[in-house]
Amino acid sequence: MNEKINVSILIIGAGPAGTAAALGAKEAGEDSILIIDRDTRAGGILNQCIHDGFGLMRYKRALSGPEYAQLDIDSCHKKNIPILTDTYVHTIIKGDDHFTIKAIATGRLYSIKAKAVILAMGCRERTAGAISLPGSRPAGIYTAGTAQRLLNMQNTLVGRSCVIVGSGDIGLIMARRMTLEGAKVQAVTELQSYPGGLDRNIRQCLDDFDIPLYLETGIVSVHGNDRVCGITIAPLRSDRTLDMKNSQYITCDTILLSVGLIPENELSRSLDIAIDPITQGPIVTGDLMTSCPGVFACGNVLQVHDIVDLVSEEAKRAGRTAVSFVSGAYADTKELFSIYAGEKIRYCVPQVITPSSTTTLSLRVTEPITDATISITNDATLIKKRRYSFTQPSEMIQIEISVPENLVGSLEVNCE
Amino acid sequence: MEQYDVLIIGAGVIGTSIARELSAYDLKTAVIEKEADVCFGISSRNSGVVHSGIHYAPGSLRALHAVRGNELFEELCSQLTVPYERIGKLTVAFEESQFPTLEKLYTQGVENGVPDLQIIDAKRMQELQPGVGGARALYSPSTGIVGPYELTIALAEHAHAHGVDFIFTEEVVSIKNRSDLYEIQTKKGSQISAKIIIDAAGLYSDSIAHLAGIDSPRIYPCRGEYYVLDKRLEDELQLLIYPVPGNHSSGLGIHLTNTVEGNILIGPSNDYIENKEDLSTTVQILARLREEGHELLPSLTSSDFIRSFAGLRPKLTPPEVGGFGDFIIEDHDRFILLIGIESPGLTASPSIAISIREMIANHIPLALKKDWDPSLTREERFLELPEDRQEQLIAEDPDYGSVVCRCEGITKAEVLQAVDRIMGPVTYIGIKLRCRAMMGRCQGGFCAPRIAEILKTERDITIDEQFYKGIESPMFEGLLREESPHE
Ligand SMILES: Cc1cc2nc3c(=O)[nH]c(=O)nc-3n(C[C@H](O)[C@H](O)[C@H](O)COP(=O)(O)OP(=O)(O)OC[C@H]3O[C@@H](n4cnc5c(N)ncnc54)[C@H](O)[C@@H]3O)c2cc1C
Repeated sequence: MNEKINVSILIIGAGPAGTAAALGAKEAGEDSILIIDRDTRAGGILNQCIHDGFGLMRYKRALSGPEYAQLDIDSCHKKNIPILTDTYVHTIIKGDDHFTIKAIATGRLYSIKAKAVILAMGCRERTAGAISLPGSRPAGIYTAGTAQRLLNMQNTLVGRSCVIVGSGDIGLIMARRMTLEGAKVQAVTELQSYPGGLDRNIRQCLDDFDIPLYLETGIVSVHGNDRVCGITIAPLRSDRTLDMKNSQYITCDTILLSVGLIPENELSRSLDIAIDPITQGPIVTGDLMTSCPGVFACGNVLQVHDIVDLVSEEAKRAGRTAVSFVSGAYADTKELFSIYAGEKIRYCVPQVITPSSTTTLSLRVTEPITDATISITNDATLIKKRRYSFTQPSEMIQIEISVPENLVGSLEVNCE
Repeated sequence: MEQYDVLIIGAGVIGTSIARELSAYDLKTAVIEKEADVCFGISSRNSGVVHSGIHYAPGSLRALHAVRGNELFEELCSQLTVPYERIGKLTVAFEESQFPTLEKLYTQGVENGVPDLQIIDAKRMQELQPGVGGARALYSPSTGIVGPYELTIALAEHAHAHGVDFIFTEEVVSIKNRSDLYEIQTKKGSQISAKIIIDAAGLYSDSIAHLAGIDSPRIYPCRGEYYVLDKRLEDELQLLIYPVPGNHSSGLGIHLTNTVEGNILIGPSNDYIENKEDLSTTVQILARLREEGHELLPSLTSSDFIRSFAGLRPKLTPPEVGGFGDFIIEDHDRFILLIGIESPGLTASPSIAISIREMIANHIPLALKKDWDPSLTREERFLELPEDRQEQLIAEDPDYGSVVCRCEGITKAEVLQAVDRIMGPVTYIGIKLRCRAMMGRCQGGFCAPRIAEILKTERDITIDEQFYKGIESPMFEGLLREESPHE
């Protein structure tokens, strides 16, 4: 069966970004919206995050992941926004005034025409290959998120004794979860001199369970032919090479990798959308529009977030601006100015802005900094300045700004 | 005791090529393999290049079989529906001092019978591969690329469809020559006899020969490490580009290699090691490969490295000598020894199979089967089919609509077909090599849990019975809690 559908706004991904984008579009007056997701249920990655701590900012309550996701899914249902699950978008083609989207689902093909597309596909985990994990490749090496899904959604325990490589949030959460299920978490290792995950997760997931965190530590080799039997780790010297004299072998049957996330932009690339090499998400304007007019991006496909509340907020904005695009209120003649991530700033989203607009800048610093001052300037004019007693790369900073009418060259963000 | 005319030890590309060649004749043939599946040895861990034959000394077996094998590839791959492309190769000289080596390779190639060789200048090089460095190159249009495991699996399935038995997870540990029959014993205690034994055991063909009391040279494993890059970079490389080999190198130098799937490979390195099972990649080599990769492909980012792996060359030349030995292919009183089948073994495989069949004909009269059909057809990947064909298939089997592997776009129907095609025990690697699920940029992060579920619900393979590469290799610890409702 080949079903043809016409909509104003098609949203790809029904995680917290996709559903919030739909709600944002609906609030802005759009009725013709469709959300598509390849998983069997809406909610995205939150479905496997059964721990609490979601929604502290938005609802002032600590919800579990599925609870948080369900609130927006319920709102979509109440507002008659359809969500197609178990449906996989494989192709987007740009036409003159619309996009053609091809998708497949159990027993059917879809051909969808949309005036605007919102990308909300989330991200994937970095793999053993991406971090060049040396050694053998036996059974028992999982990314932390995969192990989390198996444990929380499929009643499957991946191993009894594990080492977690990388201190990203999912790895920290899994350290606690595996311990609670009776597995022994031997250690968490991290290349950097500071952890990759949030402070509260270090305290609640490692410290509370006496799980050692080895900072500035690298992997010498994974061992085992059939199943993992151990891992050799070594501290890094100041020149970042492995100090083999102080290496140690840890016996384990499982290795979990928590070494970062990569925004899932294969569909975006097929539309030749410009990608920021640092965020690995699309380059967007203050309105969250990508370099392909009519295509918007929000949530983890745009930039990796650490707090879902901020994803929902960003996505609502993308939903609203997509509506103004569809209703033709968009002057594409507006001049664009770039934002330059300067001193100690790793990246800044959006990467381009238009004069006389307001927008929220999301950014991260390059290293932990005490008494940080972040300033946004244009030419010699200060636009905004913010102080932080302490900040580190694992915390996304958001700053709202009003872009002045007259800009000279690019905007600059610096930290000192 | 099961009795065969021919018993082939080893289900790599050499063993399966011979099996398919013999399947056309009235013979009772079996392939015995210590691992759980075909292609778990060297044959899935190489560059997948169908070499032209310029590198080998005239008159050597490597030269003979590479050139004849190369000629046979096009037809073979179209018969078996295996991905193959004749993309051509440049062997590049960067400075004048290397020009004589190019000339030598050219003359050697012509003498070996390699077709269409040309020495070309920098301008012509730029036309073939914009941006390529170097001053002069030897262009060999007949060099191709093939899917090495697709080929090995197809050869085995085709042979099996024409009556060849496959015996998995059985390691040969003893071979006795009883005048006109060889008696074989396996580690698990099975006994098999055969008139003719083919030793196609790759890295272990020396030990197999020793079991039969044959004085064979020893094999030195030599490791080649690789990186696999994201398909995003597919268009960066139009054809294969190798540097001119140095004097004593025993590999062909680290380089980029296109694969039929569109992932570029960086590698292989070249290091002698002790242990024939040691497929580890190492910190030092990976760092070197990354460095060279960034040099050769400036647009490379760290997330483009999706996997690393290593393969072992079965070398006959010891570390202190290096370089290459020739293949050894000898008939010792109905025990046919194949040893030192390193590169270009994949290229040579169809040609070697013909020679082995001719050797067998010296012992057993061979009669062609009347109903032997050289072809093995296979449906293309669902997402690559035209829409009307997709509609047709999805109406027949709704599972075609359910995408399991999002990176490679592999559907549930295709995963189940892969599971059902496996001849031995079902393993994740077996599924992966047959349908590419788990082989994409997320390396199974997304689809491995889904495949676990599919195996459980659709094929009654419980979580405890799911293996990565063999029964010693459990995927999971087990169920977290009992799932029986009756407690
Ligand atoms: C790094 C690298 C790159 C290469 N690149 C190329 C290339 O680009 N082009 C090319 O043409 N060639 C290439 N080659 C060479 C090619 O891969 C090999 O020549 C070819 O795969 C050898 O196949 P095989 O069947 O002999 O060995 P294998 O595939 O190893 O098969 C031997 C089988 O025998 C089984 N076995 C062993 N002992 C026993 C036992 N006691 N009982 C039962 N079974 C047993 C093993 O498990 C194994 O499955 C490369 C090789 C390497 C290592």
